[in-house]
Amino acid sequence: MTATAVRDETTKESRTMKVESFLGRHAALMPTFAALAILLLLFAGAEAFLRGDFITPRNISALLLDNAYLLVLAVGMTFVILTGGIDLSVGSVMAFTGILGAKLLADGLPVVIAVPAIILGGALIGLVIGVLVQYFNVQPFIASLAGLFLARGLAFVVSLSSIKVEEPAILWLQSTRITVGSWYITPTGIIALLAVAVAAFVLHLTRFGRTVYAIGGSESSARLMGLNVARTKVAVYVISGLCAGLAGLILTAYSGAGYPRNGIGTELDAIAAVVIGGTLLTGGRGYVVGSMVGVFVYGTIKTIISFMGAEQSWMQIIVGALLLLFIVVQRAIVARSEGRR
Amino acid sequence: MTGIFKNRLFWPVVSLLTLVVVNTIARPQFIEITMRDGRLYGALIDILRNSAPLMLVALGMTIVIATRGIDLSVGAVMAVSGAVALTIIDGSGNPGSLGTVAVAVVVAVLVALVLGVWNGFLVAVLKIQPIIATLVLMLAGRGVALLITGGFITTVNSDPFSFIASGYVLLLPVAFFISVAAIAVMSLVERRTALGVLTEAVGINPEASRLAGVRSRGIIWSAYIVSGTLAGVAGIIYASNIKAADANAAGLFIELYAILAVVLGGTSLSGGKFSLAGTVIGVLIIQTLDSTILFLGVPSAQSPVFFAIVVVVVVVVQSSRVRGALSRASASLTRAKTDTDDREKAEVAR
Repeated sequence: MTATAVRDETTKESRTMKVESFLGRHAALMPTFAALAILLLLFAGAEAFLRGDFITPRNISALLLDNAYLLVLAVGMTFVILTGGIDLSVGSVMAFTGILGAKLLADGLPVVIAVPAIILGGALIGLVIGVLVQYFNVQPFIASLAGLFLARGLAFVVSLSSIKVEEPAILWLQSTRITVGSWYITPTGIIALLAVAVAAFVLHLTRFGRTVYAIGGSESSARLMGLNVARTKVAVYVISGLCAGLAGLILTAYSGAGYPRNGIGTELDAIAAVVIGGTLLTGGRGYVVGSMVGVFVYGTIKTIISFMGAEQSWMQIIVGALLLLFIVVQRAIVARSEGRR
Repeated sequence: MTGIFKNRLFWPVVSLLTLVVVNTIARPQFIEITMRDGRLYGALIDILRNSAPLMLVALGMTIVIATRGIDLSVGAVMAVSGAVALTIIDGSGNPGSLGTVAVAVVVAVLVALVLGVWNGFLVAVLKIQPIIATLVLMLAGRGVALLITGGFITTVNSDPFSFIASGYVLLLPVAFFISVAAIAVMSLVERRTALGVLTEAVGINPEASRLAGVRSRGIIWSAYIVSGTLAGVAGIIYASNIKAADANAAGLFIELYAILAVVLGGTSLSGGKFSLAGTVIGVLIIQTLDSTILFLGVPSAQSPVFFAIVVVVVVVVQSSRVRGALSRASASLTRAKTDTDDREKAEVAR
């Protein structure tokens, strides 16, 4: 009798210890779970508030379609933030590559030249930022600020007004709908999801990905371990630029035109989505899948606001408030793990 | 001679003078100042007048950067302050009266001060990274400004209010006097009291200065309050200039230009030593460059390309890699010189 009671107690104890050690080992996962919980809460709240009109296959499918470009941007941003950097240029790069593609197509160049030009253009600006950060010791904030100015100005150099895209291959990316029941997905959505899958694979299952996390954890330790810090740091900015180029392609397909004023402030939305998705801005912790959740939280709030017919200015306030909530949560987590050490 | 070269302000001043000289050669009327009805006019006066909002914001940014921080929210604070002021003036029965305008300006600056307190609280008390702490307000601030104006661009017709940006006192624009007053007050407070030294101490090594008994929390907090308040005044000048509160356009990208001005002025973004005089010159460089680009007939939308090039050149020149290469080059030059000197001496001795 007493023996069983004691055993019960020990199993209970070990169970709580297990839970605690699970939480301890996976503390980095907590913010991502929190983001997921908020996403589900948003869905449930909107469903209840709009009396069952919110969670429909059409709305969920549109969520991916409308935010495909932001998802791709957030994927690139996750790489940069994981190394402890930041990339402010992505919104402008997206505008620049989008208008560049539209201009090349309007000049009669074939798609096989225009699309690689879009993506390479983004990667090139990323390379400039990466070289400034790594080889000239410029702070990521300032280097990517130069990238922001450069790309925004170049977008206006390409064209001061919007250019319509009539190339069927580009419009196909947007207009094709692969339907399953009343669910649908467009090629742009598939590209975005593929970007997430590839990024998750690279970050978790390759040497490069481990190096990215190691740099974010402690750059000098990573260097002392013999990891190739310089190449990796340049590469994350190139990846971010590449993603911005891809986002430019998606946005051009989505809006059917290139416009040099696109994406003003989109870099902040991307950063907000990454942070809401649980990636620590100090680097070293976070998941690209979390960033996807962050983008969906962002997109859902936007949908809810337009459903309620409220002013879009609330969008900025709510995203700001959510951002605040998440950084305070992150701060608490970091403080706890530092205390344990 | 080397003293002049070593001075931190040497390169900023040279850049500014080069810009002025190039402009004067390209268009002689650039340097001309004419007088009409007791007022001075000319491209240089325009630069002084138009630089006022950026000047105020950049001065605040200098102090924040000196504490190892950054304030991204200044543009949004400008929008909020303009929205508050114009909504009060618009809602009052007598928009033309001096009292109404005074109340509106005071309330708007107080609101901006409170926003600065909020930023400082996040950074100094909750210890959140400055970039991200001020990003919250940068995102939410414009939303708040839009809510205050009800989503519209509020316009007013109020002579005392327009006077702030376009009025003249003693030959010169009022806006110019506002920025001179801000420069004077900031330099007095930072350089004639210990505050400036303490700020630099906090920026150079927060831990060491804390151990030395510096109350870093209060100093960091006050830096954000100063930055918010100055942004509030800048927002009023901006709103007064266009006689409207435009929540979307007010102060757009000004945080980036202000940071650029601070860096151009020789203050390092990694905190510590700061130079208010450098920032003033940095602001004038940006404003002159802006005027030059406009004169060249480049559409203003394309001007960011020029600023990007300026940023890249400045940061590359400031980087330790290039500096190291330069000092190595000059060292080998002087070594070569002393070598020849020695040889000459040896020959003379022989």
